Amino acid sequence: MPEPTVVAPVLDAIDRRIINALQGDFPLVAEPYLQVADALGLSEAELLQRLDAMLEHKVLTRFGPMFQIERAGGAFVLAAMKVPEADFDRVAAQVNAFPEVAHNYRRDHALNMWFVLATATPEGIASTVAAIEAATGLPVFPFPKEREYFVEMKLHA
Amino acid sequence: MPEAVTKPDLDALDRRLIVATQAGLPRVPRPYEVIGGQLGIAGDEVVARLRRMLDTGVIRRIGVVPNHYAIGYTANGMSVWDIDDARIDELGALVGALGFVTHCYRRPRRLPEWPYNLFAMVHSQCREEVAARVAEIAALLGDACRGHDILYSTAILKKTGLRIAG
Repeated sequence: MPEPTVVAPVLDAIDRRIINALQGDFPLVAEPYLQVADALGLSEAELLQRLDAMLEHKVLTRFGPMFQIERAGGAFVLAAMKVPEADFDRVAAQVNAFPEVAHNYRRDHALNMWFVLATATPEGIASTVAAIEAATGLPVFPFPKEREYFVEMKLHA
Repeated sequence: MPEAVTKPDLDALDRRLIVATQAGLPRVPRPYEVIGGQLGIAGDEVVARLRRMLDTGVIRRIGVVPNHYAIGYTANGMSVWDIDDARIDELGALVGALGFVTHCYRRPRRLPEWPYNLFAMVHSQCREEVAARVAEIAALLGDACRGHDILYSTAILKKTGLRIAG
């Protein structure tokens, strides 16, 4: 399969410095943007404008607190399906229609659809798996994490 | 089922704060005050509650999530490994500590379809680089690994982030 076609927006050196500086530790003070801007040698207005632009152009998918929803009583689980090629678009639309489906990726394997379910309670996972199986007519393989060795989604821009 | 965790005490206001901020922080000079205004509390109270959730791990971090394609990481390989159960925790910790591994989990096998019990996500500029990094992991695992595969993503079908209902 080809790589996904993505038109990468042009990021300048200041954008990259902002991304690298803001991957964690956003200040918990009354005027946090001013503090970050000062550290980067920017004005607060320029920092805010660039953050807005990067969010609007989807260079950033999010900016804010990253919650571990299990710690807030919720649950999330990775799951996969083996979808016949001819049915792929139909099944993708059916799966994506569930609000509990947070991310969904096509991958090059017999198990070719991999998604993350996020629910407000642990019980919600099993009921959502059953509902997706009923909607699509295909089995869903849940891969709950048994142990987390490391999670640090920080990428140098 | 998901792993059991000790749940920190979150009150109703904490849950409203989660719902109010999970889509992102406002880009205004005093963002915590704005959120406090929506919830009927002072900005200082928002800061104190966010600080507590950071300390208890309810919040992993506060910052940006770059779109990895947009910043040049166009190859996203999910490397999966069939590791001797007796050694998986020891080896999982080693793999998780590698700088290029962004997520690393032990998960159940689904035999016969799926013999793999360790998942390590590798993001890179190109598939060749992902393959080279996966080879490094294979060398680290040695004989304890009975087989592995790399599943590249070929399309993002949905990406909304993890949310809980309000």
